[in-house]
Amino acid sequence: MTLVLAADGRPLKTSLNRALRRQKLRALMLIAPLLIFILVSFVMPIADMLFRSVENEIVVETLPRTVATLDGWDSESGQAPDEDVFTALYFDLVLAAEYKTHTRLGSRLNYEMTGISSLFRKSGRSVDDFPTNNYTDVIQAADTSYGDPAQWAAWMADDVVRAALPMTANIYDAWAKMIVDTEEDLPIEEVPWDFVYTSLYLEVMEGADPPISLDLSTVAPVTLRDQFYDVDKDWLDPEVWKIIKIYSPEYTNGYFLNSVDRLKGPEGVEVRPDNEQIYITLFIRTMIMSGSIMGMCVLLGYPIAWLLANLPARKANMLMILVLLPFWTSLLVRTSAWKVLLQQQGVINDTLVWYHSTWLGQFLDPIFMGFLNLCYAFVNVITWVWNVLNGIWGGTDGLYMDWAVAGFERLALINNQTGTVIAMTHILLPFMILPLFSVMKTIPISYLRAAKSLGATNWTAFWRVYFPQSIPGIGAGCILVFILSIGYYITPELVGGTKGVFISNRIAYHISSSLNWGLAAALGTILLVIVMGLYWMYDKIVGIDNVKLGG
Amino acid sequence: MKMTIKLMATTCLMLPATLAVADGHMADEMTIVSWGGAYSSSQENAYHIPYSEMTGVTIINDESSAEAVAKLRAMNEAGNVTWDVVDVVASDAIRLCDEGLALEIDFDEQLAPGDDGSTATEDFGDLLVSDCFIPQIVYSTTVGYRVDLVGDTAPTDICAIFDTETYPGMRSLEKRPINNMEWALLCDGVAKGDVYDVMETEEGQEQAFAKLDTIKDSVIWWSAGADTPQLLADGEIIMGSTYNGRLFSLIEEQDQPVAMLWDAQVFDLDGWIIPAGLTPEREARALDYVRFATDTQRLADQSKYIAYGPARASSAPLVAQHATLGIDMAPHMPTDPANATNTFLYNYTWWADYRDDLDAKFQVWLSQ
Repeated sequence: MTLVLAADGRPLKTSLNRALRRQKLRALMLIAPLLIFILVSFVMPIADMLFRSVENEIVVETLPRTVATLDGWDSESGQAPDEDVFTALYFDLVLAAEYKTHTRLGSRLNYEMTGISSLFRKSGRSVDDFPTNNYTDVIQAADTSYGDPAQWAAWMADDVVRAALPMTANIYDAWAKMIVDTEEDLPIEEVPWDFVYTSLYLEVMEGADPPISLDLSTVAPVTLRDQFYDVDKDWLDPEVWKIIKIYSPEYTNGYFLNSVDRLKGPEGVEVRPDNEQIYITLFIRTMIMSGSIMGMCVLLGYPIAWLLANLPARKANMLMILVLLPFWTSLLVRTSAWKVLLQQQGVINDTLVWYHSTWLGQFLDPIFMGFLNLCYAFVNVITWVWNVLNGIWGGTDGLYMDWAVAGFERLALINNQTGTVIAMTHILLPFMILPLFSVMKTIPISYLRAAKSLGATNWTAFWRVYFPQSIPGIGAGCILVFILSIGYYITPELVGGTKGVFISNRIAYHISSSLNWGLAAALGTILLVIVMGLYWMYDKIVGIDNVKLGG
Repeated sequence: MKMTIKLMATTCLMLPATLAVADGHMADEMTIVSWGGAYSSSQENAYHIPYSEMTGVTIINDESSAEAVAKLRAMNEAGNVTWDVVDVVASDAIRLCDEGLALEIDFDEQLAPGDDGSTATEDFGDLLVSDCFIPQIVYSTTVGYRVDLVGDTAPTDICAIFDTETYPGMRSLEKRPINNMEWALLCDGVAKGDVYDVMETEEGQEQAFAKLDTIKDSVIWWSAGADTPQLLADGEIIMGSTYNGRLFSLIEEQDQPVAMLWDAQVFDLDGWIIPAGLTPEREARALDYVRFATDTQRLADQSKYIAYGPARASSAPLVAQHATLGIDMAPHMPTDPANATNTFLYNYTWWADYRDDLDAKFQVWLSQ
């Protein structure tokens, strides 16, 4: 086979590839601003937020020495760790208190065990007052060089001294860094603090060789374990230490376990006690309710979209404005309007009470009641399914209204799931109508006429000819409404009462109130994965090519 | 390497700092964050306008106090704090201080002494609950009831909330464990002094939830301060908890048939914090503003516009009349002796520890 050559003598294939590559590069350059913008302002922040669901560096960063020493402690011993760990804790906590990071660590660990927050706050305040200044006084009295900052700096630059006193060198370095960072002084001009002398004392007592020999055998030792116990007796509670040990790695699956009602225990995963299990219920509830909102939107939106697509242009435009009107009204106003309408002393209930008092009401009420009980029967079935999903079999009192007994009861339409479904359906309806409308607009009405002229009934013509063509619009609308509704939290918070709130309400709470961003990120990640899973399923069943947002 | 960079960064930061402090220059513009609504306008009248007139500083108002903690943390992480002074409740201030997001204040040094000659520390007294928090007002969460819906015997104590036999009908409570659990225990026979000790135990928490169970079906849970006044005005509930200032405006300004039940009102504090990490010019300006806005006269001035008690003891005698209604404000203050016969002070340190745990349990209880 002969090679086809281009005019310049190169093989045609290579030449063509080069031209195409240049073209692709140019195209990429054109979209580069948008691509970079999306990466920087959208993808990276989200990735950063999601990363917090596993990130847990705070423990090891704040208490590095304690974490290292704690390796040797057996968490099953039922005893608090020994003096070594408390010595390490003392060094870490003095430094952390200067950097003011101990309270931050306290709030972090308080998510896992109640009381750790104040334990750290209290200890950070008292750790400076431990009587370790005894050591300082004795050492400085033994030789004045030990009270000379410049001499200390010289020793700590000397490799021989550092090798002889490894711990003191480490502590001195940390102290020097802290002096520079927080006090904005030079270590060469500052006398080291008590904890540096404490470290020196401990090493000398273990037989290390100080630069100038010291006799410290007469000094009364300070037991740091007792000092911590005096600040708060919780320091001798092995449970506190278990938590510190469990959460000492830089990465943790603890947040994810919390978000599925589990607990990271010393032996592994444990189920949370019943009175702390909430998230799985909320996930299931969010899914079911978003599904019902989506269903309501299809039921209500489909006929409206049909009207919009098939009415004469002038009327259709008018109707379109009505559809879009809610878009131009504040979300809070719309939600509050629903409160006024739905509450027990609200417009709808007042109208029903008035109607009941008229002769028409007296006549029609039994019929209405029959209808209501039919609706209740439907609700009962859903409740039953809901309970079964939650592992509760039977034991529910079904809703039933006996008019003769109850008289007229005002309906509870708000501060429950009904309220959430009604208000959210209203708010999200345009997101269903608009894609449906734009798809229906492209279906020629003559197809229906053709079907009918071929003998189809109205229903067959609609169901076999029109409806299948509108499915891409339904798909697009459903995806939009469902995804928007699982992320909504303002409306459920305002009208949802106790049983109509979503998982997103808890995410909002952890972001803005409890500051447990790790848990919020874990919950968010799970939600994201669920949505992606549903999207994938949709793609497998219906096909994503069948989704159309417009023409 | 890391150390050198940090050292260099510190020196670079320190250099302008020393210069700025040396010539005492302060920023000409500041952003003050508060809650919005009637509360913000009371601050506008009592603090912002006089301060602007005195110094020529432009004050930009931001109404983000409800999300202040989360936003400050995000700003701090991004290294770009755009707020200068932030109005937060005390529990949030403690959280911010714990997280290192708020500036620690030397109260006697950086705040004005009281008009009566007391130092700032003496004047604020017990209300200095955090090193970063400058108290501004004392407000209380208390119960309001519909005079026309409670029957012949008006409620006089907090346990009316739990008494659905004498007072049938709906009531509203805040959708969080704080206050509600204390009230539940109090009405279940626990002595006031023992409430937090009891609530520390598993059994005590169960006892509180069991008491709340007895009224669970008749409670509407609110999460916005405006909810209870609206529900009361519509006759949707017969009684409900909310902030005393909201009830004041419902009763006095909107003339609704509502009365207040001051019994077992829970005192809480609202005040200023200054974010950590401001430039020296902005920090100096923020401190100067806060010194002005929390002096004896200014705190007393605020009570002309809203029914919250000034946080300084020395301001109490200066509380005057409402700016537009012309009624005496003193009897409407939560701290007024007639109203304060039985009070609680929000136990900040206790709730800082137990909040995460009890909130989770409360949510589970709600959804059961």
